[in-house]
Amino acid sequence: MSASAPASAAGPTASAGPAEAAPAALEVRGLTVVHPPRGGRGPARAVDGVDLRLEQGEILALIGESGCGKSTLARALVGLTRPTSGEVLYRGTPLRYTGSALKAYRRHTQLVLQDPGGALNPRQTVFDAVAEGPRLHGLKEGLEERVRSALSRAGLRPPEDFLARYPHQLSGGQQQRVVIAGALALDPAVVVADEPVASLDASVRGEILQLVLRLRDELGLSALVVSHDLGLAWNIADRVAVMYLGRIVEVGTVEDVLLRPVHPYTRALLSVLPGPDRGRRPTVLTGEAPDPTAVPAGCRFHPRCPAWAALDGPGREAAGCTVRELPVLTADPGAGRQAACHLVDAAADTPAGGAGTAGAPGGAAQAPGAEDGRG
Amino acid sequence: MTAPGTRADGTRADGTRADGAPADGLRADGAPGPAPAYRPPRAAALRRFARAYLARRAGAAGLGILVLAALLALTAPLYIGDGQLDVTRVDGPLLAPPSGAYPLGTDHAGRSVLLLTVWGARSSLAVGCVATVLTVLLGSAVGLVAGHYGGRLGRALMHVTDWFIALPSLPLAISLAAVIGQGPVSITIAIAVTSWSATARLVRAQTIAVGARPFVERARALGAGEAQVMFRHILPNVTPIILVSATLTVASAILSEATLTFLGLGDPTDVTWGSMLSAALSQGAVTYGAWWYLMAPGTAILLVVLGFTLTGRTVEHLLNPRTGGAS
Repeated sequence: MSASAPASAAGPTASAGPAEAAPAALEVRGLTVVHPPRGGRGPARAVDGVDLRLEQGEILALIGESGCGKSTLARALVGLTRPTSGEVLYRGTPLRYTGSALKAYRRHTQLVLQDPGGALNPRQTVFDAVAEGPRLHGLKEGLEERVRSALSRAGLRPPEDFLARYPHQLSGGQQQRVVIAGALALDPAVVVADEPVASLDASVRGEILQLVLRLRDELGLSALVVSHDLGLAWNIADRVAVMYLGRIVEVGTVEDVLLRPVHPYTRALLSVLPGPDRGRRPTVLTGEAPDPTAVPAGCRFHPRCPAWAALDGPGREAAGCTVRELPVLTADPGAGRQAACHLVDAAADTPAGGAGTAGAPGGAAQAPGAEDGRG
Repeated sequence: MTAPGTRADGTRADGTRADGAPADGLRADGAPGPAPAYRPPRAAALRRFARAYLARRAGAAGLGILVLAALLALTAPLYIGDGQLDVTRVDGPLLAPPSGAYPLGTDHAGRSVLLLTVWGARSSLAVGCVATVLTVLLGSAVGLVAGHYGGRLGRALMHVTDWFIALPSLPLAISLAAVIGQGPVSITIAIAVTSWSATARLVRAQTIAVGARPFVERARALGAGEAQVMFRHILPNVTPIILVSATLTVASAILSEATLTFLGLGDPTDVTWGSMLSAALSQGAVTYGAWWYLMAPGTAILLVVLGFTLTGRTVEHLLNPRTGGAS
C-alpha cells in the first residue's frame, strides 16, 4: 500500500504551480447546502454557492468564524451531507449519491473530526477502530499489517503497545493519532479535517500539524483543513480560502491571503490576532453575527464591513455594496488570488477605502509577526 | 511548531520542510518483520471482568443470592415430591410455628413452609426470566429501530409504545387469563406486554444520544451503512443500559408475578410465592398470628429482587469503561 504513494516531496510544489493538466484531487462546483426551515425560521443557506479546488498533494485551509458553513462544506465534500445543488468531483468525476458509489468514494476520501475523544467508539480497541475502514471495504487480507502500518505512520510506535488499548486509556493527542491512523488505513488520496486540533493543547497541536505535513510530503496526501485558526493555516497550508456566510470571500496562496489580505473581512480577522507591541488597532467587527437564514442582499458582508462603513454617502452609492450581487469566486487553477468585494474589484489589489479602516498601511506585513503568538 | 519564518522560507522556496525530513524511511518501516500475532483481547477481558465483578462485595452478594436461588429451584424435584406438597398426603401439624422438624413452620394444611418456599422459587424465577427475555428483546428492537431510523417509522413505533405504556397490566392479565386460561403462560405474556414499552423508551433515548456522537459520523465517513452503524457502534454502546434494564426488569417481573398469582391468576394447583401469600391471607394466618407463613415467601421475594438489583448495578458499573475499565 505504501509503495503506491508518490515518494517524492516534489508533489506539493508541482501541484501548487500550474496544474491545469491534472484533475483536482477534489473539486466542488456551485455547491449549495440548504438546511430545511426549523423553529419558525426560514431555510438556512449554510453553503451558498462555492467553487473550490483541492489540488493533488495540496493542503488547503478553509478559514471562517463559527456558523459560516465551513463544517457543512467539509461534510458535503466527504459525502456525508448531500448538497442541495452543485456537485462534488473526485479526480474530475462527479460524485453520485448512491450507496455503492458513496462507499467507493469513501475509500479515497477520509474525514478527521474535531474531537478525537468523541470520534472513537469507547467500546472499540485501537485495533478495531483503525481496522474499521479496511473491514468495511473488505480488505481482510493483511488486516493486521495494515493496522500496524497505519498506526506507525500516524506516529504511534510501536503499534503493538496500542492495539489492545481503549480510547479512554489514551491521551488526546494519541486519540487524534488513532483517528488519523483510521483514516490512513484505507490509503486515502484526500483527507478532510474538520478542526483537527481545536480540542488539543498547544504542544500536541504542533505534533499533529507536523504529522499532517509529513503525511503530505511522504504519501502525497491532499488535505482540506477546516479551522477558525489563522495561525494553523499559516503553519500548514499552501493555499487559504476564507469563508463568510456560506461563500468563499477570499482565496489565494497563504502568503497572499495572510500577508497581503485584500478583503475587508480577512483583514479584520487578521487584525485581531494578538501581535507583539505593534500597537495596531484591532478591527472588531460589529453588527450581528451572520445568520444563514437571512443572507443580506448585495455583498453579504456589507452590514459588518468596516470598509463600507468608512465610505461616505456618494461613495456608498457608487460602490453599490448593498445591491450588486457578487460573482462566485472561480476555482479555475490559473485564477490566482481572488477576493469577492466590490471595493477591491475597483482597485485591483488595493482595498479602496479599507486602507484606513481595516488596518494601518503596512498592516498586512505584520501578519506573520502576529502568528508568533499562535503557532 | 516550526517558526513561521523558517516555514515560509523552507516551503515556498524549494518545497521541503525543515520539520518534515522525509528521508527517515517511515513508510518503508511501517511494515515491521514478523511480529507476535495480535489477538483480540476477548478471553482476557472476560477473565478480568469476572475478577473485577467478584471483587465488588455488593455484586458478589447479589450473584451469590441468585446462584443459591437458582440451585435450589433447579434441584428442588430431587428432594421435594408430591408427598410434601399434596395437601391430602401431608401429615404435619397445622400452622405450627418453626421447630426442629419444620424450620419455617407449617401452613394451614400441615405442609412445610420451607419446602413450599423453595418450590415456589421455580415458578417465580421461570416466569420472571422468560418475561424479561421477551420484554428486553421486544423493547430493545423497537427502541433501537425507532431511535436509529427516526422519521415516520420512529414516530409510528413510539405511538405504539405510548399506547402500551397506557395499557394497565392488571386488567390485561385478567383478560388474558380469561382468554388463554389461568397459569404461567398468560402471566408471562401479561408481564412482557406491559413492560416492554419502558425498555423501548429507554433504549430509544440512549440510541438517539449515541447516534449523535462523533464516532457514528466517523463510521459513516469510513463507509459504514445504516445496519453496520447500528450493530457495530450503537448497539454495543446501548448494551450496558439494556443489561441493567434487564436485571431490573427481572426484579419487577418477579414482583408482578407474585402480585398476579396473589390475586389468583396463576395456576391454582401450582405453588408460587404469590399464591402462598394469598393462601396465608385467606386461610387466616394473619388473624392466627402465623407470621412464618407470610414471612417466608415475602423474604424470598425480597432476596431475589435484591439479588437481581445488586447484580444489575454491579454489571452497570463494570460495563462503563470510565468507571469499570474491565470491559
